[in-house]
Amino acid sequence: MSNAQFEIQLIASLVAIACAIPGTFLVLRKMAMISDAISHAILPGLVIGFFITQDLNSPLLILLAALTGVVTVILVERIQKTGLVKEDTAIGLVFPALFSIGVIMIAKNANDVHLDVDAVLLGELAFAPFDRLIVAGINIGPKSLWIIGTILTITVGLLIAFFKELKVSTFDAGLSASLGFSPVVIHYGLMTMASITTVGAFDAVGAILVVALMIAPAACAYLLTTDLKKMLGLAIVFGVFAAVSGYWVAHWLDASIAGSITTMLGVVFLIVYLFAPNKGLIAVMYREKQQRIEVSLLTFLLHLKNHNEKEERHVNHLNEHINWQKVKSKTVLDLALKNNMILIDDKIVALTDKGDEFTSKAIDYIITNEDAQIEDMKEDFFLFRG
Amino acid sequence: MNLQEYFSLVFSDYTLRTITLGTAILGAVTGMLGSFAVLRKQSLLGDAISHAALPGIALAFLITGAKDSNTLLLGALVSGLVGTFWIRGIITKTHLKSDTALGLILSLFFGFGMLLLTFIQKQPNANQAGLDKYLFGQAATLVESDVWLMAIVTGICLIVMLLFWKEFKILLFDADYTKTLGFNTKFIDVLITTFIVLAIVLGLQTVGVVLMSAMLLAPAAAARQWTNSLGTMVFLAAIFGAFSGVFGTAISASQDNLSTGPVIVIVASVFVVFSFIFSPSRGLLFRQIRFIKNRRDLEFQKTLSFMYHIAETHEDISHPHTIKILNNFQGFTRKTLQKLVDKNYVTLDGAMWSLTEEGFETAANLYNQNFKKHE
Repeated sequence: MSNAQFEIQLIASLVAIACAIPGTFLVLRKMAMISDAISHAILPGLVIGFFITQDLNSPLLILLAALTGVVTVILVERIQKTGLVKEDTAIGLVFPALFSIGVIMIAKNANDVHLDVDAVLLGELAFAPFDRLIVAGINIGPKSLWIIGTILTITVGLLIAFFKELKVSTFDAGLSASLGFSPVVIHYGLMTMASITTVGAFDAVGAILVVALMIAPAACAYLLTTDLKKMLGLAIVFGVFAAVSGYWVAHWLDASIAGSITTMLGVVFLIVYLFAPNKGLIAVMYREKQQRIEVSLLTFLLHLKNHNEKEERHVNHLNEHINWQKVKSKTVLDLALKNNMILIDDKIVALTDKGDEFTSKAIDYIITNEDAQIEDMKEDFFLFRG
Repeated sequence: MNLQEYFSLVFSDYTLRTITLGTAILGAVTGMLGSFAVLRKQSLLGDAISHAALPGIALAFLITGAKDSNTLLLGALVSGLVGTFWIRGIITKTHLKSDTALGLILSLFFGFGMLLLTFIQKQPNANQAGLDKYLFGQAATLVESDVWLMAIVTGICLIVMLLFWKEFKILLFDADYTKTLGFNTKFIDVLITTFIVLAIVLGLQTVGVVLMSAMLLAPAAAARQWTNSLGTMVFLAAIFGAFSGVFGTAISASQDNLSTGPVIVIVASVFVVFSFIFSPSRGLLFRQIRFIKNRRDLEFQKTLSFMYHIAETHEDISHPHTIKILNNFQGFTRKTLQKLVDKNYVTLDGAMWSLTEEGFETAANLYNQNFKKHE
């Protein structure tokens, strides 16, 4: 592994961490699409900044572009406040317009601007190590590394300083306001940080990857935990993993690094989406199936409780009466037997004492909808856990 | 070439005619279907789908090795549909919200598409150049067969929309009610989503992945401001979309170095801003005017009722008072006083005013809903 390769991975990992932190809060605040809007809308700011500074890495340009990001957020909110369109439409209207202005500005000045729209959208991480920061004649490392390092330091500093405020305002804006932390200040603070991170990560990894690095790790982490600190940690781990593994995939395929990091994020998300223990697709489908069986079981027990006549309780009769398929009836009967809810005596089904008690409680619960009634049943049955 | 030349050339020049026709048809069909997307609160779905279509284009090229635009669009359609249904799967099966699902699919699919595109570019195959036109679109590459394809798809869209108009409409406004009426909501839903995806995919070649969502949203958002009826809205959106296409093409053709996609988007955005401001019933301008008018009316009434309370304390209701005493009261302006005189509620005599019989009568019944004589 050469020095340049190590530097690329280091930059990618730092970008991943810097994106994962604001990304987690954006996902929790249901504002994930704002990051997409910001990443597109900063283009005109970037172009104007470039006209002024003539240097893609200058701090002024980053600030100017980040300002455009905040302006985008404000614009979206203003449009939304008029009540003429919904929030998502407002987002969808603002950023393509701003992005178009940026593209046209680049096109009209194509001769004197060394700025390429493709590069803005995709970035080129492979070239990052060659643009070095030279202070007093000494080469102290790639410029992107310094930029993203500074942004990351600021982000982490702010996160530690305002963790409590961020947490409260994210989950309960009303409580936060009543405790004296203005949710508005936190909101715009977060938006500013997200904008700065987007711009800083921009020329290294491009607009689309910034969005992917903000949303995907946070979404994966959200499927695995409900603890904010753990979620932040997991998001960072996923981000760094995708950054490093993505680099090697790109190396192997000889393709865009940004694209392959995103693809690795996609693979990670797909795995988490399918296999997350409680919230993954398979777990959810299994739970839904269990719930369906348990609803059937309950229906069955209620039926038994309501009928004392022998013919109503005959095994064969149940098939036609409740209109179940054979397999389903068998599953339900087995489940009831296993839990000692029923006795089958000469093909006549009868409730046991336990089953009788259970059914009464269940009816109570359905009628009153009070959780306390079924505390002890929760262990056995998925149905009452929701 | 300036705008005038453009319009004189539009009917004779093959390329210009094709492009103009193509963007006009595209604008019309996206406007039409966009109305449904906007009303279904799926505005950003278009953004996600258009990005999600990219890997489909690249994969179609990798598999067939041909650059035929129909094959590529088929790939885009499949991958756009996969993206759409995955988004739906994420929203319904996990606790991730719709914004997260959209952002995820958008960025992940697009990133994967870019990986494939850069991978293709490194292939020893001279045929691959030009795939990246799907990023920003190049209306200039439209040929007559593309326009025919657009026209046919638009025709099918129209027929399906007319056939299922009732179903689309009822699903849009009350999904639960639709279900209870016995309609197959899943089928209608899939049908409408498929057509939205189709419209987006059609536009990729012209406007490109990044800006396609605006084509879907902007005409519909503009049309929404002018009407409350779905039929009118769809019709207006189609008109706005078509005009954005034509004007955008005209402007970009008359200037150097302007790609068509961004210009069309800007023209469509101008339509939106115009509608936001000048629409008679919802627009910001008229809303502000109404607001000011209401405030004036209120001031007028406040002054009148204040005068009434003063006049009440005197035996002769027309007893003159100085204007000065009104100054203590907020509702008073010279204009409202003049208005009172015009309505013959008050007579002025130098610096003195006095309430007329009519004015007293009106003021006494100012807050009485049953008294409508003077309205």
